[in-house]
Amino acid sequence: MATTTYTPKKKNFFVRFFTMDTSGSKGSGEKLPLWRQLLIQVLCILIVIEVMFPIMYIITLSLSSKSTRPSSLELFPKEISFIAFKQVLDRPTANPVTFIELLKNSFLLSVVVGAIALLIAVTAAYAFSRFKFKLRQVLMIMVFIPLLMPAVGLSTPLFLLLNSFQLKVCANGATVLYPFLQCDPVNTGRVLFNLRDSLVGVGIAMISTALPFAVWNLKGYLDTIPKELEEAAYIDGADSNQTFFQIVLPLAAPQLAVTFFLGFIGHWQEFVMPWLFLTQPKDYTLAMTLYNMTGQYASSIPWNRFAAMAIIVALPVALVYILLQKQIVSGLTAGGVKG
Amino acid sequence: MASISLPAKHKKRLGQSFLPYLYLLPAFAVMGVVTFYPLVYQVIISFSDFSTKDLLLQLNSPDLHWIGVQNYIDIIIGGLPVQNFNFVRVLVYNFWWAITNVMLHVPAGVLIATLLNVKGIWFKKVYRAIYVLPVVIPPIVVGTVWRNIFDEQYGAMNQMLTFFGQLFGSTSTVHIRWLFEYQPPISWLLPTGALPLAYYAMMIANFWLGWPFMTLVATGALQSIPKELYEAASIDGASKSFQFWNITVPLLRPAMVPAAMYGFTLSFNLFNFVYFMTGGGPARTTEILVTFAYDLVRNLRLYGAAGAFSVIIFVVVLFIFLVTNKLTKATESYA
Repeated sequence: MATTTYTPKKKNFFVRFFTMDTSGSKGSGEKLPLWRQLLIQVLCILIVIEVMFPIMYIITLSLSSKSTRPSSLELFPKEISFIAFKQVLDRPTANPVTFIELLKNSFLLSVVVGAIALLIAVTAAYAFSRFKFKLRQVLMIMVFIPLLMPAVGLSTPLFLLLNSFQLKVCANGATVLYPFLQCDPVNTGRVLFNLRDSLVGVGIAMISTALPFAVWNLKGYLDTIPKELEEAAYIDGADSNQTFFQIVLPLAAPQLAVTFFLGFIGHWQEFVMPWLFLTQPKDYTLAMTLYNMTGQYASSIPWNRFAAMAIIVALPVALVYILLQKQIVSGLTAGGVKG
Repeated sequence: MASISLPAKHKKRLGQSFLPYLYLLPAFAVMGVVTFYPLVYQVIISFSDFSTKDLLLQLNSPDLHWIGVQNYIDIIIGGLPVQNFNFVRVLVYNFWWAITNVMLHVPAGVLIATLLNVKGIWFKKVYRAIYVLPVVIPPIVVGTVWRNIFDEQYGAMNQMLTFFGQLFGSTSTVHIRWLFEYQPPISWLLPTGALPLAYYAMMIANFWLGWPFMTLVATGALQSIPKELYEAASIDGASKSFQFWNITVPLLRPAMVPAAMYGFTLSFNLFNFVYFMTGGGPARTTEILVTFAYDLVRNLRLYGAAGAFSVIIFVVVLFIFLVTNKLTKATESYA
């Protein structure tokens, strides 16, 4: 009955259409009129086409055995061939690096950087969230500043800093750790290991932004945990460390996981630092490889291999997102970090 | 009892006013080396002509000249030895890019969420699962895939246009140079420099990437609106559009404003997507601030200027943060 009262109106059809039933339940007797149901279905399917267009396109490409570029639009696989995936797994780039190495490098960087940042950040977040102390404001602003600075902004000093740690073999055969020891004629000798040109170095560089992010994200969450539990623990005689480890950490565990995975999603795509710092193919990451497969460098890369690589790079992030969708969305919008 | 704050109590009982600093120590020790030292260093070299010649001896380099704020002046008035660079144009484009994105994503996200919130539509769960897909795909992948889609010769977009053209009897194939055409389609749109076709291509790609997140947020917010409000309104005889503007929109606002702000800052600094899709081209017309900063370091190797540019970006982002924070706070108290 209520549905018919507004249909004859001519005004604001668009709004009325989209809003027809946000009112939700008005008794079980009311049903969506069929014409409207069909109209919504048509719209929904159009949106499905919009969403699925690039996805189907890339899946179709990746399942094609043709290494030539597509001459016409194909959105459904005509054949199911895993040859492109196989080729990418066998020899992902022209460089002498195996897929397993690329995968390992990407995973190591994203998991280890995320874990270390979290480990170091959690006590700081707790201090900011629970204690009142003199320098609180100043220190919090200090942690916030790097979040506003683009990662590129830190890259030059980090490059120079990390580049100054080198293991060298001097002319006289001695091994020295530059800058603490130097070869006899200064700045000579063969470099055995350069911290800047290594995964460890890139990891350190990535921590420079991952750590402040983790502190802010966790602090935002700890602020939402009610203090009553901790107070009860105090009354029962727990000291501050016991409260932290036995009350706060277990309560914060879900958010620790979310912060870790948010970091993982970001680090998995990290491009700036590795691309600037790493020179040896054995250290390359999947994100770097994907970039190498497109644009000016990629005139010789078959598109089916590019498509297979794109899917491989997307999968871990997609899985994490799908598993943690709700927490991630609320963590991003309701959490402490915005910007 | 509950009103007594923990730290005060704690201080009184154990006298451990150093405790918070102890908790902060690990993080600040690490950040001191890898975050704050580079930040300060960056600011220092922004006042010098630091470039490749100084890489070895760094600040001790005899060739290093302290040039005051010359880098900042050069960036703003265009004195950098860089082709096609105009700071004001890049800045205005960057803001335009972020604003136009959010202006498309938020309304689309809300409308689609509202559509999916209609009671009793079929396959609701299937649609929701499909619509979330763009959110879960990393932007570097989205950027590269759309780059291929907009390829002039083999790209899916031109092929699709060709297909539709053939439906209407056209026999020619479409060859639009989406990412490389320099001639802007609408020449008057932005006073500081017209928008190339690549901008529209990126808007299409980023629209695909952007609205599903807004839908996700709006869906959550819609579901938390009490149904009684609508019942009461319809009993009072309020029309559906009245309900939309006076119940749905105001109650969505506390959720959508932070999401829009988040989307704005995200788009403003969308390095991976822009860099992987166009690299700022053609002729730097789709360059945003962060991609140019990267170019200064990576290709032009003007480290001093890059330092100054990062400081400028910081100021711009800080300004955006303060404004968006204020807007967000203002709307929080609304509902």
